Amino acid sequence: MPMRPTDISDPEYFHKVVDCQWACPAHTPVPEYIRLIADGKYTDAYMINWESNVFPGILGRTCDRPCEPACRRVRVEDEPVAICRLKRVAADYKDDITDLIPKAPKKTNGKKIALLGAGPVSLAVARDLVPLGYECTAYERDHVPGGLMRTNIPSFRLPAEVLDEECNQIINMGLDVEYNYEVKSFKEFLKLDHDAVFIGTGAPKGKDLNLPGREEASKNIHIGIDFLASVAFEHVSKVGKKVIVLGGGNTAMDCCRTAVRLGGESVGVYVRSPQADMKASDWEIEEAEMENIPIFENHVPKKFLVKEGKLWGMLFEKVTAQYDENNKRKLIPTGEPLVTVECDDVLMAIGQDNAFEWIEKDIGIEFDEWDMPTVDKKTMQSTLPKVFFGGDAAWGPENIITAVAHAHEVAISIDLYCNNLDLIERPAPHVFLKSSKMGLHEWSYDNGYDEVNRLAVPHADLKSSLKDRKLEVELGYDEKMAFEEASRCLNCDAQTVFEESRCIECDACVDICPEDCINFIENDEEEALRLNLRVPALNLAEDLYVSDILPTARVMVKDEDLCLHCGLCAERCPTGAWDMQKFFYMGAQAKDGCSK
Amino acid sequence: MSFIKKPSVHHPKLPTNALGLNRRDYEGALSTLCAGCGHDSVSSAIIEACYNLSIPAHKLAKLSGIGCSSKTPTYFLNKSHGFNSVHGRMPSVATGANLANRDLVYLGVSGDGDTASIGLGQFCHIIRRRLNMLYVVDNNGTYGLTKGQFSATNDKNSKSKKGEDNPFESIDLAALAIQLGAGFVARSFSGDKDQLIPLMTAALKYRGFAFIDVVSPCVTFNNHSQSTKSYEYFREHNEALGYLDVIPETEEIKVNYKEGSSAQVQMHDGSKMILHKLDKSHNLYDRGNSIKILNDHQTKGSIVTGLIYLDKEERDLHDTINSNQKPLNILTEKDLCPGSKGLDYVNASFR
Repeated sequence: MPMRPTDISDPEYFHKVVDCQWACPAHTPVPEYIRLIADGKYTDAYMINWESNVFPGILGRTCDRPCEPACRRVRVEDEPVAICRLKRVAADYKDDITDLIPKAPKKTNGKKIALLGAGPVSLAVARDLVPLGYECTAYERDHVPGGLMRTNIPSFRLPAEVLDEECNQIINMGLDVEYNYEVKSFKEFLKLDHDAVFIGTGAPKGKDLNLPGREEASKNIHIGIDFLASVAFEHVSKVGKKVIVLGGGNTAMDCCRTAVRLGGESVGVYVRSPQADMKASDWEIEEAEMENIPIFENHVPKKFLVKEGKLWGMLFEKVTAQYDENNKRKLIPTGEPLVTVECDDVLMAIGQDNAFEWIEKDIGIEFDEWDMPTVDKKTMQSTLPKVFFGGDAAWGPENIITAVAHAHEVAISIDLYCNNLDLIERPAPHVFLKSSKMGLHEWSYDNGYDEVNRLAVPHADLKSSLKDRKLEVELGYDEKMAFEEASRCLNCDAQTVFEESRCIECDACVDICPEDCINFIENDEEEALRLNLRVPALNLAEDLYVSDILPTARVMVKDEDLCLHCGLCAERCPTGAWDMQKFFYMGAQAKDGCSK
Repeated sequence: MSFIKKPSVHHPKLPTNALGLNRRDYEGALSTLCAGCGHDSVSSAIIEACYNLSIPAHKLAKLSGIGCSSKTPTYFLNKSHGFNSVHGRMPSVATGANLANRDLVYLGVSGDGDTASIGLGQFCHIIRRRLNMLYVVDNNGTYGLTKGQFSATNDKNSKSKKGEDNPFESIDLAALAIQLGAGFVARSFSGDKDQLIPLMTAALKYRGFAFIDVVSPCVTFNNHSQSTKSYEYFREHNEALGYLDVIPETEEIKVNYKEGSSAQVQMHDGSKMILHKLDKSHNLYDRGNSIKILNDHQTKGSIVTGLIYLDKEERDLHDTINSNQKPLNILTEKDLCPGSKGLDYVNASFR
């Protein structure tokens, strides 16, 4: 079967072309805010982010940035646009936005919503529901809001002022928070008779490692996230001189960097796997390496070494990784003698678990064999209709941006639920597509290709950083750097729209396209068609844009993979068959539902 | 014309030729011609052909006269030698250059005005001399730079954009080239690169005078409903005589070509041309038959494309005048100065 013409009226087609936005769980309109930054309109850029991802200042420093590996620039050259750090620019240079933040209406709608936990997901749910008139109350076990953003992310990455600002923005809209409130029995809690209850309690339990010596040495063995929380709340202010950090994720990176700041002189990270397989983001590993913290790969912990009731070291077995044909990894001992590493303290950052022992199993919430609740992927509803889950509490540890994406869905569901509507019938996203043509060869975006390399974010002086755990390491871009970095964006939301009835098949677009994306070719099955293009389209993750049949019986086929959105096809088109059209997509939120 | 620079990045999987260069390495400046101009497609075909042949940029000279077509050498092979000459005088410059250095590939790009009007005399004589070059005419039947007057190749039944009749007969440059002794004569269409690129490739290899008349629509002045050189008219009236494949000396012929419908021609450098004939009545090697085919189609109102005439004996001006084998720029004093004995001999011959 030859390929059918692409249905560009389906908003998801062009949405997918905007790789960064498509990869972002909250679908933040990235190119849109990057253009605003280039324009110096930081407040507008901030508000687009705030609308979509709720915590631009926080995420601009801490996001897992799934958008960056997806960035087209990676495929075109190598380095993605520094999307995350540009978001921070919007937060750093914005004006006072107090008047731009919606407030709760004077009269509420009388519906009471409970939010368990005051972490990112609960705050984001409240952000969506409070302006609609819902009476939201967050129940938080700590004495401050923020959840893991406060307890797990060290201040040298996320200063408390930034965190406070964005949490308070939401609280000040009209969210009540009950601090120091830990729900011990959900059955009892349900008696408070809220109209809907949202559980956003995260994955608060750090994994333990039950090796010989664990119990005897427990005084000097710490669970990573608990250690970070104790540091954040200033219960802990120093560690031993020799510290072993176990684990290869971002928490391990935060632990080792915190340990160095608390007096650790010989801090080492020990990872079971090869370094290449580490879960930590590349940039987190880089930062640790910049602080001269060594990472020892292929070291499997075997034993805590204890003398006279005190921890003095750890025993590791060296392994090598072998991968089978399915790329499944096996760690094979090398047979070398076990390695002894001396230490005063061990920090364990080997994963997190959910903990729902406070939810009784007989109240209608179904749990699976791993003690995880059954949650609908789309509606976030549990098997007890008025109870919803989101963030790490729903399906285990993810990240802040995923939590925000969950929150928007939860808020929509709660709004529908409280109005007795079907949760499956969800509001549509906001979409528009319109020509960006300004003149014969002028567009409403800067279509030239900038050959600038990615700019490194300046860092605070290493010596002072290591002395003060509250000193933010990254200084952020200045305005000039931000402009330069913003100009690297390819504006993938300026879509190449093809109108076959205007095309005279002159080949001008084929000849000019710098990436050989455009073809006029006999139609075929997708697999064959991909191989027959000027340059075979081997990246199956990117779609082919196929036109209807043309007068020469051929079709236009454009490989979306490497299109630079430079608009030269449209500039060289004599008949306007190609047009660069600005595509805007903003995911639906609760305000687009029944309250609209 | 575009205001931005064509991005320098290219597809990372773009193939490379024997020199390790990719197609983009053969490009020139961004075209300033009208968007959709056929000439840009011709430039693109030239780029493709030079890339296919792995021609080193410094081994090619591009020459042109005046007109839209003659601007195009700026838009390809920006590292090659170039000469943008006086109107209609590209053939004399090409002749001089070729005689001085026979080791370069000569590519002339001209238009219907530059060739069929002001340069017709020069055109006729360069053909007669069989200068070793590829002479391409970007033929759009109109004077685009001076706002759309009829050119000498505009068909008698074709009208101007404003609807005026053309009262004059048109000059068929391909027929003229065959008549005057060109060794390789083809006609093609800017909008059919499958046909044009192999023709260019073969023509660049051909030793002797190779001529390609490329119908290349002028989107601004001659692409209207009453034009006979528009994209639409051409596609409706095109009758291809055949298609061509060029197989380099180093490669084996892998495809099985049907007998009878195809012919194989060995070229002087050992590579092969495979012709897929669509019109069996056509005798490619016969000047009379080729001219007749051109005339018959013109009478019928169709446009014949493909390789129209081929002289299998590749022969050029240097062969005819038995000139020195080496380019002048590498001749030393020893080569050039006959010495007193030699001079005496020469002088004696005039007594």
